[in-house]
Amino acid sequence: MEKKINDFSFRVATVNGTGSQSANNILFKSLFRMGVGVCGKNLFPSNIQGLPTWFQIRVSEKGYQCLREHDDIAVLMNPETAKDDVAWMQPGKSLFYNSNLITIAPDQLKPGQNIYGIPIEELSKTINPELRHLLKNLFYVAALSHLYGIDKDVIGSVIADTFKSKQKAIDANLVAFNIGLDYAKANFEKKDGFMVEKREGANKGKIVIEGNSAAALGSIYGGCTFLAWYPITPSSSLAESVDSFAGKLRADGTGKSKFASIQAEDELSSIGMVIGASWAGARAMTSTSGPGISLMGEFIGLAYYAEVPAVIWDVQRVGPSTGLPTRTQQCDIQKAALASHGDTKHVLLFPSSPKECFEMAGTAFDLAERLQTPVFVMTDLDLGMNIWMDDEFQHQDKPFDRGKVLSAENLTRIEAFGRYQDVDNDGICYRTLPGTDSPKGSFFTRGSGHDEFARYTESPVVYTKNVDRLLRKWHTAKKYVPAPIITGDPKAKVGIIACGTSNPAVTETMDRMNNKGVKYLRLRAYPFTKEVEEFIGSCDQVFIVEQNRDGQLQQLLEIDIRGCQPKLKGVRYYGGFPLSADFIEREINEKAGK
Amino acid sequence: MDAAKNRAGLTKNDYMGKPSTLCKGCGHDSITAAIIESYFQMGVKPHMVAKVSGIGCSSKTPTYFIDKGHGFNSVHGRMPAVATGAKIANHDLIMLGVSGDGDTASIGMGQFCHVMRRNVDMTYIIENNGTYGLTKGQFSATADQGAKAKKGTDNPYPVIDTCAMAIELGATFVGRSFSGDRKQVISLLKAALSHKGMALLDIISPCVTFNNHEGSTKSYTYCKTHDMPLHELGYVPAFDPIEVEIKEGEIRDIALHDGSHLTLKKLGSDYDPTNKMKAIMNLHEARQSKTLATGLLYFEKDQKDLAGILNVCDTPLSKLQQRDLVPSRETLAKVMAGYK
Repeated sequence: MEKKINDFSFRVATVNGTGSQSANNILFKSLFRMGVGVCGKNLFPSNIQGLPTWFQIRVSEKGYQCLREHDDIAVLMNPETAKDDVAWMQPGKSLFYNSNLITIAPDQLKPGQNIYGIPIEELSKTINPELRHLLKNLFYVAALSHLYGIDKDVIGSVIADTFKSKQKAIDANLVAFNIGLDYAKANFEKKDGFMVEKREGANKGKIVIEGNSAAALGSIYGGCTFLAWYPITPSSSLAESVDSFAGKLRADGTGKSKFASIQAEDELSSIGMVIGASWAGARAMTSTSGPGISLMGEFIGLAYYAEVPAVIWDVQRVGPSTGLPTRTQQCDIQKAALASHGDTKHVLLFPSSPKECFEMAGTAFDLAERLQTPVFVMTDLDLGMNIWMDDEFQHQDKPFDRGKVLSAENLTRIEAFGRYQDVDNDGICYRTLPGTDSPKGSFFTRGSGHDEFARYTESPVVYTKNVDRLLRKWHTAKKYVPAPIITGDPKAKVGIIACGTSNPAVTETMDRMNNKGVKYLRLRAYPFTKEVEEFIGSCDQVFIVEQNRDGQLQQLLEIDIRGCQPKLKGVRYYGGFPLSADFIEREINEKAGK
Repeated sequence: MDAAKNRAGLTKNDYMGKPSTLCKGCGHDSITAAIIESYFQMGVKPHMVAKVSGIGCSSKTPTYFIDKGHGFNSVHGRMPAVATGAKIANHDLIMLGVSGDGDTASIGMGQFCHVMRRNVDMTYIIENNGTYGLTKGQFSATADQGAKAKKGTDNPYPVIDTCAMAIELGATFVGRSFSGDRKQVISLLKAALSHKGMALLDIISPCVTFNNHEGSTKSYTYCKTHDMPLHELGYVPAFDPIEVEIKEGEIRDIALHDGSHLTLKKLGSDYDPTNKMKAIMNLHEARQSKTLATGLLYFEKDQKDLAGILNVCDTPLSKLQQRDLVPSRETLAKVMAGYK
């Protein structure tokens, strides 16, 4: 029996709305507190109650954060999917199941598989009937704890923290856990080699958090004062977290708030409010997903052309149309980059971890105000809603960049104020805020043709000059956006380019290739900076790893970096589950050198 | 002779804008003139005025008044969102939204409804001519059923009454007027400035080019002959109070948030603008009798405006600096501890 310490994964197959989430979180956090690397992926339906859902908890010594295609241990709680769940498991793996509701016939099993039936319904008979349906999930937590060495005292501490001061809930959970534990001790014998070992202190300085919470926290520490949003999966929890953090962290001391949030009537309105608030001088943001971006199109063009800052978080899900609302993709890259009619181009940021969500939240405001334009932060459901292990966030001391804003006092020192005059020759003009007490400070913001003094015009010469200046600003943006991060073998002629949540899978793939003969550029922003062109220039072949069908990132590279096309090869996964290293490795092996 | 100065020490010239590019005789120009006059008389600081509009002839007008204010010509039907965001970001701004009947009652219907129920502290003017002027004379949703288009077709659809909707949805100051009644428009505009909350003014404003013909119910002639003011309005500013002799039963007094008063002198039957049910009933009756009921249709004083509902701090959000906004290092450490 081969031993596998801290390097395997659990999968819990269950029905949504049955309390399994709480049990899975207890399991997850207990592993984390044991000092083990963990990552959690929730594969859930667009539904509140009654449909199948799967939760993967991966433990890995190296802290890998991407999905594993197959699991080593399965917990089957859902009779409806049980047959498929059994079939999905590979030889040599272990299966736990609710033996009161599910039967596994001998011919369903593959060689070396171990099965453990837990009579969940029977065991739950002694539990308080009101809580029974929730607490019975603790039985499988207990069984796993017993057979895989998950410290029951740590589990106890997590239960206590989860339910805080609700002693009754804590006691009820512990009672259920112990019933499960007693049953497992009396009936289950360890037959596989998977085991968790405590790593004292290994997770010091680490946290476990969803990207949406990280983004929200970063927005509050990054100076956001205004949020307008419309509920849409998978971005709703981002907006709700901003609200929640603002409630705790933005009280003004007199009972009022240094923050305002409006749940708008639709996405057209939420982006309109953000643009209005930014125009008036607030750090304003919205969060949405693909369908919301489509609806915001017209307003985004106005903000681009009238040069009003706006921060838009796009937590991408599977599209087109309604698509798969609870599954993940990177399918809005082009939509966001070119959102709205006419000649438009937008700055995009690609965070790849909760920590980067936290940091880029502030960066997005700095960029939007510096460049006076919409800035998109492109995250996705995998990053936004799954639980990631990451380094603790650091308090940022860097001063905010509020951009070129003229005060009434500044205006006294200039002869005339032209809102769209390129005084510094970098394409970025000076703006004033409404309410600036100066006869020189006013101007008319409009989405129609305008001259340097913001006056209406239809002159072809003035129009052309203005949009050419916007292009100059676009090039200036390259100086401000976060540079890519390059790792791997510097001399390699084979490269990988990826962004966002493709990163953990690519990083793991690089490890599997021992970082030899391959290098990796992780994009963090659009427009592409010179490093990207140089990286492609130094390679014979570059794999563009991304999570959409059409190679949206690859196409942007092909448009923006002249002549790179023959070198680029797409590695694309777009089924809706988080990307795995297994997939990338297979694809690269198949396509390398071809 | 020196031009007269207001309490801000400014002349009317300080409230002017660019020359209008609308058709000669357009009702919108009269509203523009009334805005200039009322904001001048009120001594509003021009740089504090935010003039926000959507798209259409009406939405062009913010260019024609208060050049020293800040204008924002946004996208079609979306003035309310921009105005809401800007007002919450800086509640010191005097928010004036200008829209039209197409901009409000068709493409902007959703935003109109929600800005009413949020009770945003602003003046929202609908320059209502029942037609799409810029696209040359299509019916808008505020055209009366049976009204004739210039091309001769009858409007088969029922009218959308924005005032009835606004009252129903929670607007706290709702008025209807006719651009030809300068005195009434000015009184309503001034009172709207004194009101803390949503002040909706639906001002019938004839389109001389596409909707001023026989058979139109938004023409000058029709409005003049069908206008039935509910009362004669008088505005008494808090900064310049004058004694008004009130005879029992003759004048209703509306005390506004800033200490100013609107006096409603009875004309015919007594109209109580604080009675929501009757206000809505009155609008239905006016429609049935084919009259244009103008004046202060509805008023409600005790509702919080949006900034109040959101509990926004006294310093405008837009004026908060990094030191006001970034929670301490210790708070972050505490938040981090919750994720361990």
